[in-house]
Amino acid sequence: MASNNRSIPNPVRTLVAFFAILGVLTGVMFLQGSPVPKLGLDLAGGTTITMTAQTEDGKAAPSEQMDQAIKIIRDRVNGSGLTDAEVTKQGDNVIVVSVPGDRDDQQRIIELVGTTAQLQFRQVLVTGIGASTLVPEEQPTAEPSGSVTPTPTGSATPSATPSEKNRALSSGLAALPTATPSPAGSATPTGTASPSAEPTATAVDSGEDFSKVKDEKVIALYKETVCTPDGAKVAGADASDAEYVVACEEDGSYKYILGPVAVPGTEIKEANVSAPNAQTGQTGWEVVLTFKRDGTAKFGELTKKANEAYVAAPGSPESQIAIVLDGRVVSAPQISNGAILGGTASISGGADFTQAYSENLAEVLKYGALPIQFPQDKQTVSQISSSLGADQLRGGLIAGAIGLGLVLLYCLWYYRALGLVAMASLVVATGVTYVLVVILGENAGFRVSLPHIIGLIVSIGITADSFIVYFERLRDELRMGRPLRSSVEAAWKRARRTILVADMVTMLAGLVLYFLAVGGVRGFAFAMALTTLIDLIVVFFFTKPMVALLARWSFFSKGHKWSGLDTSELHKPTPTAFRAAKRLEA
Amino acid sequence: MSGVIQRFMHGELATNIVGRPKLWYAISGALILFSIAGLLIRGLHPGVEFTGGSVFTIEGAAKSSISQVRDAVAEEAGGTPIVQEAGGNWRVTTHPLTPAEITAVQANVATDLGVERTQVNAESVGSTWGGDVTKKAWQALVVFMILIIVYLSVAFEWRMALAAVVALFHDLIITAGFYAWSGFEVTPATLLGFLTILGYSLYDAVVVFDMIKEVTKPLNENSRITYSQAANQALSSTLVRSLNTSLVAILPVAAILFIGTTLLGAGTLKDLSLALFIGMIVGTYSSICVATPLLVQLKEREPMYVKLRENVARRAASPKRQARAAKTADGEPDDDADDDLDDEESPDADAVAEAHQTVVKVVQSGPRNQPRKGTRSSRRP
Repeated sequence: MASNNRSIPNPVRTLVAFFAILGVLTGVMFLQGSPVPKLGLDLAGGTTITMTAQTEDGKAAPSEQMDQAIKIIRDRVNGSGLTDAEVTKQGDNVIVVSVPGDRDDQQRIIELVGTTAQLQFRQVLVTGIGASTLVPEEQPTAEPSGSVTPTPTGSATPSATPSEKNRALSSGLAALPTATPSPAGSATPTGTASPSAEPTATAVDSGEDFSKVKDEKVIALYKETVCTPDGAKVAGADASDAEYVVACEEDGSYKYILGPVAVPGTEIKEANVSAPNAQTGQTGWEVVLTFKRDGTAKFGELTKKANEAYVAAPGSPESQIAIVLDGRVVSAPQISNGAILGGTASISGGADFTQAYSENLAEVLKYGALPIQFPQDKQTVSQISSSLGADQLRGGLIAGAIGLGLVLLYCLWYYRALGLVAMASLVVATGVTYVLVVILGENAGFRVSLPHIIGLIVSIGITADSFIVYFERLRDELRMGRPLRSSVEAAWKRARRTILVADMVTMLAGLVLYFLAVGGVRGFAFAMALTTLIDLIVVFFFTKPMVALLARWSFFSKGHKWSGLDTSELHKPTPTAFRAAKRLEA
Repeated sequence: MSGVIQRFMHGELATNIVGRPKLWYAISGALILFSIAGLLIRGLHPGVEFTGGSVFTIEGAAKSSISQVRDAVAEEAGGTPIVQEAGGNWRVTTHPLTPAEITAVQANVATDLGVERTQVNAESVGSTWGGDVTKKAWQALVVFMILIIVYLSVAFEWRMALAAVVALFHDLIITAGFYAWSGFEVTPATLLGFLTILGYSLYDAVVVFDMIKEVTKPLNENSRITYSQAANQALSSTLVRSLNTSLVAILPVAAILFIGTTLLGAGTLKDLSLALFIGMIVGTYSSICVATPLLVQLKEREPMYVKLRENVARRAASPKRQARAAKTADGEPDDDADDDLDDEESPDADAVAEAHQTVVKVVQSGPRNQPRKGTRSSRRP
């Protein structure tokens, strides 16, 4: 190099090193598998469910609870055969579930994932007719409030050896906490005759005894509550820490005031389905529950108290325990056969208790209650078919191609041959981006989604800006009459600072957005930060050495008309010009 | 080529932007008032993501009529769905539906319009989800502002940070005003656009401020020109650059906007790029015509620059000065390329020169034909 200064890096060496590293990266990309980026579901098709945890006034959810929730959802999803689904956490309190592929079982996925499955066992304190329109004569006898009976303790797997005493906890399991239309209050006579008295005639709207309830507000709420057949939830019915709650039966037939949570759903160890079995006298599908140690004790205590109340006054509300799922009472059986101390119990129902239904219920129970709530009004679900995804991808790519083309044309028009350097730089930057995206997809599970593509396209302009800053500085130096070779270095020194400061701003924006935002915003921010980084790399290790190399050509250094560095066009100032200018200023 | 383009190509658009702050403030003030009025009178139109609702995108039913599509959805969903055509697909927006209702709508639409079940895409947004997104966006905005003020204060100085941030709010308000008056929907993608404007608007201001900093750095109480003049020269010399960078940044955005509105209809592409498109245009204007004059007004209050202004006024007609200025008119080629960034070389000189059209060419241009320089010591002020 004919430079009179050793500190100037050799452009050839820099370029060779740059391409060597790029070559290695490309090699890695090909060795790792298919050289194609992994696509996000909005481009490849699939179902995405975004759930936000309900926290006190928008505080971050406790991370242990979030992790537990993710684990539970993952178990549920995998347990249901959706093995290619992904469950990820975003930000503090958002969980995203992605199920790739075209499917029309969106509803099932939502039920599986979105149900908070807050199962609670509570003591019933007051009970009455759910709907004010229901006149006592028409009362559905749909709910033989069955009985919970102890399954023989010591049976290893209660589902395998269901006791013949396993009676219906309830037949009113109209639906999981989903929106499937439940049989509205119509009578479904069940196969199991209920041995216990029905709280029918006793529970009329006026005859309730509120002496056990020490909260006037709750009583007032109870009095004005009208249950509906579609299983609408009473506000606050799923509050796990409330002393008293008002809740409706799932089909709206009864309303209740319940005591505090005696056994939380998290105390359930196992939930298994047991098929009808003529030999044991089991006529329908059942779900057999096994409690954990604590739960066994608590459940024993609860049933003991209820049984004592039953002995004292059969048919009294306190003789019933309520099984509350997501704020709706699944059933409220009377405990008429003694306390259940063995830690197992089974739930059965009538015609509603199909195989699919009980399997679903078992799954929901088995994977426990989510430790935090993900209310449905904070949920987004998007289902995009692969063809629509392909459309979006095509649109994004076309937009990118047009954008890139326009920028290249503009650079060529404005900077002539120098524009070729900008063009090569952009092409190289595109290549680096592509390789990195593929490598990230293979190693870090990076999926390209539409916001990424938009982010990348928007960054084309910002990348090109760096070249423009440099080229303009170069022209400045030339205007001052400096020879090209030394201008390249002098201009670079000044442009470098501008580029660094400006890119730092974009980088900050990208990082802030990435760490604070969720969903698409995050992808966009990531793309922005990534391309800013690539921009810096390309400008430092490709564009600048390239210009330095070209400066050796007489085509450029002599300022050819088409080189973009034609000094006669660059209007060189002169002392006289300067004086004239000064006079104007004065 | 017309004169303006010719001058643009040569990088010499001269203006006296700093000298007319009142004009720019009046324009910006009017725009901001107009925007705020729009926000108050018409308000922003939140998209379905903020109000909650369900959106069905139906493919392959190009032959169906609007009413057919509407009826097919309404049969199961009830209410009056809003139907839009989007790039060969139908986009139907309804009130929030439960998963079961969505399934029912999908099945019904598939049979009614004779498309595949999977061609009825469904998106459903909870009614409070958008609120969370908005909250996050505000959080991001506040954090970003604090960081950027700190960063710019370190990289430049607090006055530049302040001017840049004022310009930023100016851009956001005007972009929001545009959305209010035009009635375009605000979706999360739009918010994203807004947040990106932040980054870009600042980027633009940084490019301008960097030049101003460089030009004004050598100024002291005995300099030849006031801060305002120096800033104006810096701005003039960087104006083409700024327009260039903005134009190049806007081109890809325009491409996305074009594709988003023609090929794909409504959706993320359009929402995002529209906000960016408007924001970038306003941002270019504000970094030149709002941030810079504001910065100059802030700087001119500094005691040093007040003195400088007085001195310049006193010595304005001094011939001795001008003779000297003529001598230093040329930058000194930095042959010993040391890496000292602060090695300034009276850059205001060339800035002045290229900032004015009334120059007379005396010396033949070309690299080999440089004016004579004095010795290094004679060039020191």
